[in-house]
Amino acid sequence: MTDLPNLAGSVDVVLAIVGAWLAVGAVGVVSLRKLEFVARTLFPLGGVFGLALFAVGVTAIGAPAQSIVLPIGLPDLPFHFRLDSLSAFFIATIGAVAAGVSAFAAGYFRTGEGTAPGLLCLQYHLFLASMVLVVLADDAYAFMVMWETMALSSFFLVITNHRIDEIRRAGYLYLLLAHVGAIAILLCFGVLQAGSGDYSFAGMRAQELSPAWSSAAFLLALLGFGAKAGLVPMHVWLPEAHPAAPSPVSALMSAVMLKTAVYGMLRVSFDLLSIQLWWWGVVLLAVGLFTAVYGVVFAAVQVDMKRLLAYSSIENIGLVFAGIGLAIVFCAYRMGAMAGLALTAMLYQVLSHAFFKSLLFLGTGSVMHATNERSLGRLGGLIRYMPWVAWLSLVGVLASAGLPPLGGFVAEWLLLQSFLFTPGLPSAFLNMLIPVLAALVVLVAALAGYTMVKFFGVVFLGQPREDGLSRARDAGAWERAGMLWLVAGCAALGLAPTLVIGLIDPVTRELVAEGIGPAVASSGWLVVPVASERASYGPLIFLLGILASVVLAFLLVRRIYHARSRRVAPWDCGYPWQNARMQDTAEGFGQPIRQIFEKMFRMQRHLPSPFDTKPRYRVVITDKFWHWLYLPIATLVNHVSRIVGMLQRGRISVYLMYSFITLIVLLVAVTR
Amino acid sequence: MSVAAFVSQFLEIVFALLLAPLLSGWVNQCRAWLQNRTGPGLLQPYRLLHKLFHKESVLAEHASPLFRAAPYLVFGCMVLACAIIPTLSTDLPLASAADAIALVGLFALARMFISLAAMDVGTAFGSLGARREMLIGFLAEPALLMVLFTAALTSNSTSLATIVEHIAARELVVSPSLAFAGVAFAMVALAENARVPVDNPATHLELTMIHEALILEYSGRHLALIEWAASLKLFAYSCIGLALFFPWGIASAEAPSALALAVPVLVFKLAIGGAALALVETLSAKMRIFRVPEFLGTAFLIAVIAMLIHILLDT
Repeated sequence: MTDLPNLAGSVDVVLAIVGAWLAVGAVGVVSLRKLEFVARTLFPLGGVFGLALFAVGVTAIGAPAQSIVLPIGLPDLPFHFRLDSLSAFFIATIGAVAAGVSAFAAGYFRTGEGTAPGLLCLQYHLFLASMVLVVLADDAYAFMVMWETMALSSFFLVITNHRIDEIRRAGYLYLLLAHVGAIAILLCFGVLQAGSGDYSFAGMRAQELSPAWSSAAFLLALLGFGAKAGLVPMHVWLPEAHPAAPSPVSALMSAVMLKTAVYGMLRVSFDLLSIQLWWWGVVLLAVGLFTAVYGVVFAAVQVDMKRLLAYSSIENIGLVFAGIGLAIVFCAYRMGAMAGLALTAMLYQVLSHAFFKSLLFLGTGSVMHATNERSLGRLGGLIRYMPWVAWLSLVGVLASAGLPPLGGFVAEWLLLQSFLFTPGLPSAFLNMLIPVLAALVVLVAALAGYTMVKFFGVVFLGQPREDGLSRARDAGAWERAGMLWLVAGCAALGLAPTLVIGLIDPVTRELVAEGIGPAVASSGWLVVPVASERASYGPLIFLLGILASVVLAFLLVRRIYHARSRRVAPWDCGYPWQNARMQDTAEGFGQPIRQIFEKMFRMQRHLPSPFDTKPRYRVVITDKFWHWLYLPIATLVNHVSRIVGMLQRGRISVYLMYSFITLIVLLVAVTR
Repeated sequence: MSVAAFVSQFLEIVFALLLAPLLSGWVNQCRAWLQNRTGPGLLQPYRLLHKLFHKESVLAEHASPLFRAAPYLVFGCMVLACAIIPTLSTDLPLASAADAIALVGLFALARMFISLAAMDVGTAFGSLGARREMLIGFLAEPALLMVLFTAALTSNSTSLATIVEHIAARELVVSPSLAFAGVAFAMVALAENARVPVDNPATHLELTMIHEALILEYSGRHLALIEWAASLKLFAYSCIGLALFFPWGIASAEAPSALALAVPVLVFKLAIGGAALALVETLSAKMRIFRVPEFLGTAFLIAVIAMLIHILLDT
């Protein structure tokens, strides 16, 4: 590590950047109330470090793994860190998203929002640093410490506006589920070390666990990382915590923090465990696809824009886990090439979701700042007052709907390719099941399109539903810069898939020893996962084809005919008294979904009677899992604690008696 | 890439652009004949386009640039769709850029833009139409892809050209999976092209219209482009159906001279297909909007059956 080129992608540099982030946070604490300094200097500085981290991560993908032992932590238990391709991929993702979000945050945070700006700066950078260290950790101890730091720092960020009751409740729920997950992860590591007492990942890799213990470790990992990622039924914290947090924090949580859970799942199933069983994959496929459908159906009926995006994140995470499941199935049957394809699709989805979801969350942040509204029913027509935010969000919306030629489509396309060409699996049952499951992926993508039309159409298009909206101001320069960076990422992911797949290739090689990189690299601009007769997709030609037809049509129409137009009142079948209230509302747009998927919701409806002078329509949709799972558990816990509470009498004589009885019991037990 | 490939690509686009309105005119004419009317004549769609292009475009006061851009984008999407479907030849340079999945994505992109444009003006009917269009879209898309997946599994490829070549090369045996897939495809195509029984292209009855509600605010050249795009979409769907289920007479890279024969064969097939569409439209009644999920759900199930039959019998 003496010469400079080696330094570019080395673990030292990553740790140095993490240190720099912590230093920025520390400076923030020193200048606690200097908003101008914190926002305009410290956050952009953090963004620059994010860019650097992105560069380091990209160069480290494909480089040989490097380890480092830091003598911090407990005396005999130093922190092990290791930078391999998988960590480098996630580090690059974190860096890229952090760069955009930090730039946006520079213009976003204003006074009067709960936590002091300096403290916020510390929490924010601590959160970023802990996420990087989570993916860098190489022993269970370091991993758990960083995992908890990540959970706690994000908890404090979620409750930035801690004076609002609802936000504190959301934070509590988040903390609770994060810890249920953490316990499962801890137990998983306990199983993985197999009694050897060696909690380093290297030690776990060396263990040869029996299939039963491997399965136990896998299921614990699924429970633990699933709670963090928001797999159904452990998703309930997500739609509460995301709207509660300030928008840059929601962006980071949704785009990056959920991905650390994906990282953990990959690390445990492909790296730490030495075998993969086919039914693990089927479990993941089932859970993932159910989560995806559940998330997107709920997203389609939301009336709060950040909740809508939170449910949409649940959907995307579901697809990612389905991709992991498919890869495990292929891996279990020794079909390395197909496993490589499924993993590529899944990692592509991770990347593209990181970019478009952070972009959309930042867009909602700008809208909220300009209008003080989160509810879709009070927005509308913002494309005229906030053109920057609207057009930049449109890119995110198209990517989120999985439409070509953006990144979401490439991921979906690769995923469908891996779903489709399963014949050759030795199990007839799976051969039949998996292609049919592809239909679910398509349904999810199509519903995502529905949801995104609703989101964009109700927020940005139409007429303003409230009077104050016409005073909305567009985003400032910092916010635009952050969003532009993310838009550029979406565009690059959509238009240059061959480059991105080339980057992902070493990661899949590390996990399953095969990748689709060479096949894609040899075909130039086309994405050819297997063979050119089988399937190919060229987004650049695709885009040029559309653009050429558009431009030709435009020029020809102007040249041959004319371009005269006139502005008049809207036609609307000749009805002259229409107003903004007659547009479709968010509730109205969700109505077909509510009707078709009625069984999935718990609905309370208040319908007006024909004689009401002031008719009101109200519909409240809640998650069935609250009533099926969480409320019963809460009641049970209450019961148990009441029984335990009976021990507490509040009189010293009773407590002395407890001690006495304990002593007697111990004496009897010891003397026997 | 040979010169012949580029010639067939160019021919295909020109052919689609010119012939698509004629197909709409033919369907309308057949419908008129079946309903004992004289009908406006085959060339009516061309006259309509010419008239609309001449008129000035009347825009709503607060329509955003998205509203004005959408017709061009939808038109561009449909032109590209017609360019990648093997209508005349399977030897197409553009076809390698987009396979069957990308084709469905292309239709979805067009649908997204037209729905967003409908919501842009902010009238009651526009957003109603957008909601219904997206509803039909998300119901039809899985069924359509299941049909295409069945064909893709048959030929072990999602590239349309390879699928068509593979199916055309088989002996003339009706495969049961493809027969089921064909039925499902016909149902999806009816829904996607806003035909009876899902939507009625001839209606302006406020509460029942879907596609017409979307484009209510458009006029002049914008409306002309949308109408042209709609007939291109009908043309594209007809050609996918013909290429997948009746793939004879399509030229390939080995025999580019077959291109000369491909044109009359395609016209003949389209004429029969258009007449069949008119017959279906005349014999059925438009269904309520909330019967559409059942209709498309049936199409989806038939497509799943097609795929299962293929997996069970053909492999």
